[in-house]
Amino acid sequence: MSDTSLAPIPQSTLSLQMGRFRQNRLAMASIVVLTAIILACFIGPFFFPFTGEDADFDAINLGVDFTSIHLFGTDNFGRDLLVRTLEGGRVSLTIGFLGAVVAAIIGVLYGAISGFIGGRIDRIMMRLVEVLYGFPYVILVILLSLLFGGGNLALFAAIVFTLWLTPAVIVRGQAQSLARREFVEAARAGGMTDGQIIVTHIVPNTLSTVIVYSSLLVPEVILSESFLSFLGIGIKEPQASWGNLIQSGTAAMSTDIRLLLLPAGMLATVLFCLNFIADGLRDAFDPNDR
Amino acid sequence: MLRFLTTRAGDGILTLAALVTLTFFVMRLAPGGPFSSNRKISPDILANIEATYHLDEPLLQQFLRYVWGVVRFDFGPSIRFRDYSVADILISGLPYSLTIGLWAVLVATVTGVTLGILGALKRNSIIDYSAGVIAVIGIAVPIFVLAPLMQVYFALTLRWLPVGGWGDSWRNLVLPIVALSLPNIAYISRLTRAAMIETLRENYIRTAMAKGIGGRRVVWNHALTGAVLPVVAYLGPATAAIITGSIVIETIFALPGIGRHFVDAALNRDYPLVMGITILYGGFLIVFNTLADILRGWLDPRVRNE
Repeated sequence: MSDTSLAPIPQSTLSLQMGRFRQNRLAMASIVVLTAIILACFIGPFFFPFTGEDADFDAINLGVDFTSIHLFGTDNFGRDLLVRTLEGGRVSLTIGFLGAVVAAIIGVLYGAISGFIGGRIDRIMMRLVEVLYGFPYVILVILLSLLFGGGNLALFAAIVFTLWLTPAVIVRGQAQSLARREFVEAARAGGMTDGQIIVTHIVPNTLSTVIVYSSLLVPEVILSESFLSFLGIGIKEPQASWGNLIQSGTAAMSTDIRLLLLPAGMLATVLFCLNFIADGLRDAFDPNDR
Repeated sequence: MLRFLTTRAGDGILTLAALVTLTFFVMRLAPGGPFSSNRKISPDILANIEATYHLDEPLLQQFLRYVWGVVRFDFGPSIRFRDYSVADILISGLPYSLTIGLWAVLVATVTGVTLGILGALKRNSIIDYSAGVIAVIGIAVPIFVLAPLMQVYFALTLRWLPVGGWGDSWRNLVLPIVALSLPNIAYISRLTRAAMIETLRENYIRTAMAKGIGGRRVVWNHALTGAVLPVVAYLGPATAAIITGSIVIETIFALPGIGRHFVDAALNRDYPLVMGITILYGGFLIVFNTLADILRGWLDPRVRNE
């Protein structure tokens, strides 16, 4: 007697989820566009014989001209707008991705410890989160970036400091229910310490939720960075960032809108893509949520 | 209810106390001082000025002095704006910031909920798609990009509305309010749409329909409550977003509110003014968070019994 029915090929949840994600056309297109922008920002400037901080006083306020070396023209110091925008993108994207990763790591560890240990420590730790949630976030970021003395690192620290709260709360909820599961009991019976259990069992099990929420953190960090640079607190001239380019663009917008449109368009495109990718991840990881 | 309110008031005071302490010490530990950027002042005069503002005392003593002042609603003098107290500046700016902020909350809630419900009732219709487009724009285009573009288009090109400033006419308010509410319209419409779709699948809605209550009444009397719950929960974060937004919006549109003072005060180390604005904003956030919780409990018995 031959068995004609074949057992289904085993497939991990993650590969199922990634398969669902790959069917989302909008999200996949966003990944392509985002990759192109990232490559342009990190490699593009090397193709020009000048940097974004080189002022050329013989070529001030040139307009858009695709036949010249200054494709999108220059600003009032004769600095190339396209190169400045790409260099600004490097800063924004680096801070965005690194910031989201660091905030997520802090949040995951904090939430996992709080939810797993529970009891009094959990209450104190969550109370702290609630107090921090009650703060006007923008004020905290501004003050912290002043405290750290300005500059990229200060900005980065200030943004991360304020963004780890949401991942912490989400992970804590999951860690709480995981802590009661049998495999955690088994691990404990097998002699694992709390720290080992948190690292090897709790954290990996919260990962899919964490990926979804961290993908939402990236645009948030980029937005915060450009917001602060726009206000003149974040990244300062002559170093370019999307925030301070938009700021100088608005100053000149009534006569020359080009200076505003290029950095603003780039920022908006990146934020669009990141949001579509985050949506796609959420739909793929949690189909009930739609 | 009374117990709930007292715990919330206790929480609020705790949050505010933490906020005041943190802001005070972060501000003081940050490098620079209110007079460091000025032209050279002779040390004697500088010492005199610092003594006037009690900046020469030990930090802890200054902190206690400040807290004692705040308890008596004395927020001290502004260092930058001579002859004005922090309270004067806050009171003169508050009506403008409140007008803009409250209108923005109102516009965002009404528009967002309407778009969300219409989108959910007629899925994949033109309204649904345009609401989706608005939502995507509102989430992805930051207001400091949107506001200048609106200024260029509606004020400079079409000349429909003033570029900025605070006149007597409502026309000055249109652009700031629209810019400030757009990100929240985006979030609220998405929240409402998702919640409405989910609510319409609930058993109690099917029961109401089976009983023969008309579709419109089911939506208005039964589904709407379920659909606005997440929106009510979002009220706290929305307030925070509007506070953040008002800082840029008041700068971009040159409005005489409180928000645009904050960045200047922080950069110039006007310690009392920064503290005053922080306490005011922190207070607003706490009040709106509590209001949201009360409203949620009133609408949803599950929350009330928790």
